[in-house]
Amino acid sequence: MSRFFQGLFQLRRGPWEMVATLLIALGVFMLMQPFVMWAFTYSFITTLVGTVMFIIVSHFPEQE
Amino acid sequence: MSNKPIDRVAQATPAGVARKVKGLSDRAIAWIFVGPTIFLLLAINIFPLIWTINLSFTNFRANRPNRDVEYVGLRNYERILNDSDIWLSMQATAHFLIWTIVLQVILGFALAWLINRKFKGNDLWTTVIVLPMMLSPAVVGNFWTFLYQPQIGLFNYVISFFTGADPSSFEMLGSVDLAPWSIVIVDTWMWTPFVMLICLAGLRSIPDYIYEAAEVDRASKWRQFWTITIPMVLPFLMLAVLFRGIENFKMFDLVVQLTGGGPGSITELASINLKREAFEKWRTGYSSAFAIILFVTVFGLASIYVKALNKVKER
Repeated sequence: MSRFFQGLFQLRRGPWEMVATLLIALGVFMLMQPFVMWAFTYSFITTLVGTVMFIIVSHFPEQE
Repeated sequence: MSNKPIDRVAQATPAGVARKVKGLSDRAIAWIFVGPTIFLLLAINIFPLIWTINLSFTNFRANRPNRDVEYVGLRNYERILNDSDIWLSMQATAHFLIWTIVLQVILGFALAWLINRKFKGNDLWTTVIVLPMMLSPAVVGNFWTFLYQPQIGLFNYVISFFTGADPSSFEMLGSVDLAPWSIVIVDTWMWTPFVMLICLAGLRSIPDYIYEAAEVDRASKWRQFWTITIPMVLPFLMLAVLFRGIENFKMFDLVVQLTGGGPGSITELASINLKREAFEKWRTGYSSAFAIILFVTVFGLASIYVKALNKVKER
């Protein structure tokens, strides 16, 4: 876990890609879930932030 | 002159063409070859995408091209993301997407497992199984509409044969409860062979000596399946899920042919809703915003999948 946070602080690709992936997955779930409307409302911005983050962080250096 | 491929190409080049390209650098020649492709890519993919993004911030209507276009900022996005009809269409898409992928992966893998065993008529069965995938979605939709007919349809008779229910007592395409399942059944019937072919390629890529080594180590068939077959077929399975996931997220033709989005709007998938907004209500700006939302979702999912696929390949 500390390695994960260390990677985040040092701007390493692995942990940041993990965060972006979780955001995309959360956004898609929010878009398609049948439970609450507010989750649907904020789904697009969540997916968009995750996708843009994914594109940016995939250029970060790898964690040693 | 030596017999290298490059020399053979040089010899075969007509004198006129050779004179024209003489003096051009390798980079310039490469650009001449790649240029038309880049131009087509920009014209067919990139320009429409940028234009759609631009339209999504306007109140443009394609049936009134002479009307003044106003920029409305993020209002289209705001309205879509608070529209309960679109929320319902996304739920219908989720139901269709999840069940088709689950069924196609299970059945496709099972069929590939069976076909991979050597038996008489193996090739014939492969051809028979692959046939539905080669048909046009319009044709498939049309003949499944007949199969689902409560009075004369074969499907209802098969169900009644196994369950004892009256064949005309249920309507697959007309019932609110059964219609979402009717489109899942047809898509599964049509596209399971595709998943099967990909799984079959994965199964045939596993060398026999790995199983022989496992036999020597006295590994059971069950253990061989979980520790050799599944990990080695997994990248192929993920590829199949990616292809089917993206395709089914955009599913349009088959469902329009079968139910047209009905009864009511219970099978109105996102793409059908999008088409209605764009070409029946002519809300071009609004539907462009909807299209961008769908695009970002598919793009995000594809990014995750490509990453997962690369990880599995590295193992």
